[in-house]
Amino acid sequence: MQTEQLTSSGMTDEHARRATLTGKLRAWTATGSPWVWLNAAAIAVSLIAVVGLLSLIAVRGLGHFWPKTLIEATYAPPDGQRVRIIGEFHGHETVPVERLHSSGVTPPPDTATVQRHLIKTGNRDSLGFDFRWVVDDWLVERRYPADLIAIERREWGNFYGYLRSVEQKGATIAEGVQAWPALQERIKRAQVLAAQIRRIEQDDIGSVNYRMERLRLAERRVELRGQADAAALADIAAERAELQMEYERLQNALTALYTEIGRDSLTAEVMDGRTVSVALADVVRAYQPNAMSVFDKIVFYAAKVWEFVSDAPREANTEGGIFPAIFGTVMMVLLMSVFVTPFGVIAAVYLREYAKQGPLTRLIRIAVNNLAGVPSIVYGVFGLGFFVYFLGGNIDRLFFPEALPAPTYGTSGILWASLTLAILTVPVVIVATEEGLARVPRAVREGSLALGATKAETLWRTVLPMASPAMMTGLILAVARAAGEVAPLMLVGVVKLAPSLPLDGNAPFLHLDRKFMHLGFHIYDVGFQSPNVEAARPLVYATALLLVVIIVLLNLAAIAIRNHLREKYRALEH
Amino acid sequence: MNETAIPTHGFDLNALERERRHRDLASEDVCLEVKKLNLYYGSKQALNNINMVIPRRRVSAFIGPSGCGKSTLLRCFNRMNDLVDGVRIEGAIELDGVNIHDRKVNVSSLRRRVGMVFQKPNPFPKSIYENVAYGLRIQGINSRRTLDEVVEKALRGAALWDEVKDRLHDNALGLSGGQQQRLVIARAIAIEPEVLLLDEPASALDPISTLKIEELIYELKDHYTIVIVTHNMQQAARVSDYTAFMYMGELVEYADTDTIFTNPHQKQTEDYITGRYG
Repeated sequence: MQTEQLTSSGMTDEHARRATLTGKLRAWTATGSPWVWLNAAAIAVSLIAVVGLLSLIAVRGLGHFWPKTLIEATYAPPDGQRVRIIGEFHGHETVPVERLHSSGVTPPPDTATVQRHLIKTGNRDSLGFDFRWVVDDWLVERRYPADLIAIERREWGNFYGYLRSVEQKGATIAEGVQAWPALQERIKRAQVLAAQIRRIEQDDIGSVNYRMERLRLAERRVELRGQADAAALADIAAERAELQMEYERLQNALTALYTEIGRDSLTAEVMDGRTVSVALADVVRAYQPNAMSVFDKIVFYAAKVWEFVSDAPREANTEGGIFPAIFGTVMMVLLMSVFVTPFGVIAAVYLREYAKQGPLTRLIRIAVNNLAGVPSIVYGVFGLGFFVYFLGGNIDRLFFPEALPAPTYGTSGILWASLTLAILTVPVVIVATEEGLARVPRAVREGSLALGATKAETLWRTVLPMASPAMMTGLILAVARAAGEVAPLMLVGVVKLAPSLPLDGNAPFLHLDRKFMHLGFHIYDVGFQSPNVEAARPLVYATALLLVVIIVLLNLAAIAIRNHLREKYRALEH
Repeated sequence: MNETAIPTHGFDLNALERERRHRDLASEDVCLEVKKLNLYYGSKQALNNINMVIPRRRVSAFIGPSGCGKSTLLRCFNRMNDLVDGVRIEGAIELDGVNIHDRKVNVSSLRRRVGMVFQKPNPFPKSIYENVAYGLRIQGINSRRTLDEVVEKALRGAALWDEVKDRLHDNALGLSGGQQQRLVIARAIAIEPEVLLLDEPASALDPISTLKIEELIYELKDHYTIVIVTHNMQQAARVSDYTAFMYMGELVEYADTDTIFTNPHQKQTEDYITGRYG
């Protein structure tokens, strides 16, 4: 009886408490603060996602350029041979022992998991592999000698070892302590020569080849038109002889430079004890990471980052820089803007200002909006079928018959890629421009018409300038979308490695028929198609970071222009 | 609005009163003539059988309650109603004896002859200079010297020159409301129209700006035929030579301003003037 009473009174308390709690909750809901908190939480989650994404690619990508400490150690698995390892730590993971079993290694007893390291040992040419997994416990006698050198080479990846001597035409010039300073000096000389060689090979001989090709096409054109008389052919022959002479002169200069640059070499001891010779012509830079101060490392880092953004790629895109890809991306986006803006603006002006508003215009608007949702690869297929094969093929037949069967415009290229992306992004520009036109106050249009301006004059002189900030908004959205597209580009113009940029010193300077490199495709190529995925992974992050930075910069430029226009054409909003 | 509260800048309103004592519509030179004008917005009739003449180089004012059709009638004179969807017009409006709805009439050249100033100042987002030069540039006049001359003359004509002569190339949107409205008038008179339509030109302005606009109207009537729509009856009484009272799409009474305000023939007019409704 007593317990029952207690229980019931307890329950009443509970009831009352719960009732006041519900009341409080209801009152709290009525103030609207739960919604404020919900919104704040959503924004916080979005922000964290963005910041997290950017910091992940920034940390992974930017860390790649920092010079890593070189380790020398003895690897002594209990059932195997003791070997010397020289290299840099590249990564580590904890693996269950079964995995070691299955890869043919006997794990240490009494443990379920082991820590193992991925060591980049370089020297692919002499060792056959440049990465090696080692179990942490068996890596003994670790040392970090200051005189270990790392060499970045034009071929075969990095080289790690001990410098033994510097040689000139096979004769030893410097040994021991003198070898390092002598090496640095001679590397500088080799680099100057390498730059000269590159200039001749790419610019001068490239230009001669380009003119040769143009001459060949001119000759063919003359033949096709049946104007191949003796005088014309003699002119062409004379010009060709001249070019041939220039080519030979350059070739001689090149041969001389190659002999010069092949003069020096170095010998060094690699981790298996052999002494290997490396030609200085192959050396990009040599450094002693363990002997570098923090300041040295910062200088080195800056040089590497600069190389990354300003140089051409080497070694199947896994080394060197990505300048051609940056250039290709920016140029493609700019070309796309040039195509998409007039096209989208004219369409929007017609839809908003001239077309009779009715079911048909509504239908067109729905279609335009849905066009923005079509998967981008479909645009790629369209671009390939319509632009490349149909338009390009016909252009070739009509204007470049002399080059056939080799296509000029009838193959993928930067022109078709930018046109394809222009079609992909035109709905955004149309929608934004239409909104801008709708916002131009009626009073301003009437003011212009009342002064005797026709509708077209009013549009051109007043309405379009006032709608220009909205057009820029559309363009900003278009650029943001286009710069990140990869799938359609793979069908209409992007290549893994483009031999020349679409803009160069050879008349007519802008070569819209050329293929180009693109950062987005570069990420895919380096990350999944390169021969050395492990070595290239940090580059994937670095390239991704750069792509984001470039899109942000393009957008900021467009936003700056828009804000300027907005200030200039401040609408009459009162 | 209290008339005595307005500073008059030495402008003698009584002179205006005296001058227009002896106006007579029948003896005036006809500029615009409206004949049996009906206007429909879709199925709704907005103007009902309007007949009137607008005398040359005089100020005619349209008054009446909101929605009575006075602005609609005004916008018929330069065919601004063409821009509205679903408008149907019957009857004729003749400018110097030529029907403006005739197919041979080019609407752009009509609007060059019949200028218009709207209720809210609507300068273009350009410089003061370019605003005034706009109408000339439309006509293909781009000679710097001609433009300079015309811009100065128009700005002087609109009594704005002294205020803006040092900042002709500043954005027009930086001017005050009253200055903007005078700029818009300058813009309209720069192309030297014959008729100037003013659609409640001072309703968005403060009393001083209003007075300036009224002084301007008084000066402009020597050169232009002016038609003004206003809500403000004192204003109509002050600036106009003739006044039309409209109600529900009909022209109730149209006579010289003195008659309308002192001795209206219609009961409706008298009720409106004396403030009994509207």
